[in-house]
Amino acid sequence: MTTLAKPYEEKRIRPGWQLTERQAKRIEKILGYATLVAVAMLFVLPLYWMLATALKTPEQTFALPPQWIPNPVEWQNFPEVFAEVPFGRFIVNSFILVALNVVGQVFAVSLVAYGFARLRFPGRSVLFLLMLATLMIPYHVTLVPRFILFSKLGWINTYLPLVIPAFMGSSFLIFLVRQYMMSIPYDLDEAAYIDGANWFDVFRHVILPLSRPALVLVVVFTFVEVWNDFLQPLIYLNDPNLFTVSLGLSFFQGTRETNWNLLMAGSLMVTIPPLLLFFFAQRQLIGGISIEGLKG
Amino acid sequence: MISRVPYFRAWADLTATRRKEAIAGYLFISPWLIGFLVFFIGPIIASFVLSFTQWNIVGTPEWIGFKNYVDIFTSDARFAKSVQVTLTYAVIYLPLEVICGIGLAALMNQKLRGIGVFRTLFYMPYVVPQVAAALVWVWMLNARYGVVNTVLGWASVTGPNWLGSPAYVLTSLTMIALWGVGGSSVIYLAGLQNIPEVFYEAATVDGANRVQKFLRITLPMLSPTIFFQVVLGLIGVFQTFTPAYIAAGATGGPLQSGLFYMLYLYNRGFETLRMGYASALAWILTIFILIVTVMVLRSSRYWVYYETDRSANR
Repeated sequence: MTTLAKPYEEKRIRPGWQLTERQAKRIEKILGYATLVAVAMLFVLPLYWMLATALKTPEQTFALPPQWIPNPVEWQNFPEVFAEVPFGRFIVNSFILVALNVVGQVFAVSLVAYGFARLRFPGRSVLFLLMLATLMIPYHVTLVPRFILFSKLGWINTYLPLVIPAFMGSSFLIFLVRQYMMSIPYDLDEAAYIDGANWFDVFRHVILPLSRPALVLVVVFTFVEVWNDFLQPLIYLNDPNLFTVSLGLSFFQGTRETNWNLLMAGSLMVTIPPLLLFFFAQRQLIGGISIEGLKG
Repeated sequence: MISRVPYFRAWADLTATRRKEAIAGYLFISPWLIGFLVFFIGPIIASFVLSFTQWNIVGTPEWIGFKNYVDIFTSDARFAKSVQVTLTYAVIYLPLEVICGIGLAALMNQKLRGIGVFRTLFYMPYVVPQVAAALVWVWMLNARYGVVNTVLGWASVTGPNWLGSPAYVLTSLTMIALWGVGGSSVIYLAGLQNIPEVFYEAATVDGANRVQKFLRITLPMLSPTIFFQVVLGLIGVFQTFTPAYIAAGATGGPLQSGLFYMLYLYNRGFETLRMGYASALAWILTIFILIVTVMVLRSSRYWVYYETDRSANR
């Protein structure tokens, strides 16, 4: 056995100019790192430029050629943003909306996902397919009639249009959590039923605790989505006191078109929370995205 | 063999316990069910009916038959412009998204130490709020003080007035969108990692080179992912709103060169409050997206390779 060499292990005769395998591997590695670093610089540049501009005085901002490193560093831009527009208000507003949406989504998504994953009822498959179909329908079809509905209800310029739908659960998140719950062994449910548990007990004490990783994903997705949303606040909110960070930033752009250092300071502050969340929840997030990749 | 469970079993066939279970099931899914009826099916029907009316939200809608649709197709220059802008953007952006997405995924798929750091860096822009992302690019693309033209200047290229000249608005928006390509790269990466290593080993034994391996193994094995991403990307292109609103301007920028369909719909519906007209625009877009999606789906059997197809044919 051992004396038989596999065909692909046979040594090929190399012309003198050809690299040995080790040299080739090494060059490949160096090239790999070089490309990675070059591309990474391209991807980081906008964020760096946001940071650099946020720390510049107006003179430095409009210096020619542009200054790569702000010197001296102007920390004053951040308090100035708060003085120019009610930016603190916007941040608080966004956090309120995020919190309400997270509560709504976690509540609704876990209940509905459990219903679809574990309970048998007539029409379950049809309803589940309908839910998946709503993912394929672009949201703008319902944009106008929803606006009409909410304005007839007197909800314009309130947070209700931005919060109430969260308590109905997002189809995508329900799908995600349902898939996760399907992977939990049914034996656990059965053991609980034998102990006299009812459906809600099983949900509350068996499935819900075990679904935590999926629910973390729900929290992260909801946070990023609500924090970053622009179109819906734009449509439903007119009162600057109710503005969210994204809307406030665009409002700020409209009033202070030329103060790029301040605009970048504002943008930076809006970018930091989702970025931090991303760093903390990176593993779940990227794992969840590969689940998302399977949904087609 | 898995027996096929009929997807609908009549209520009368159920035992008492199964009925109880069914009631519990409906209660558990009721939040979604209510939302589906109130915020989805209801609005869709309302939108369809409204598209045949003229209504500016106060007063009663006036039934005008197909007039909105006729007007849109025969005498609405901005509609034609917005369709042209959106389609042009789709043709520029989508192929680049696939190429850059796969390229970046291949970079991320290298077995090198510290690759995790690079993956994080590539994915990061995807998490940046769209408004902030668009703003920083508006600033970087500034004709005089922008860093993009400075870098181009190093290569003795005089950069254009990116967002100020109609010819470059869509190019600028493509750049902004490609900055976030890490989002789809992660999905391509998952696709790449699902390709069994033995395929490449077998190809090596047969003496295949890198290009051959890429064309004969990677691309076919990745085609379901590409297909999925193209469909999603297409829907995304037609829904582009925020970057266009921030970077090109609420009314579509110079000579309306950035008048995306959604921007136009927003202008019609929420700025001038023409609800009937905007509903008609929304329906036209929806039907268009459905047609294109079905066309991509139909074409997929010619270029998408599914592992399961073979086993199904036996």
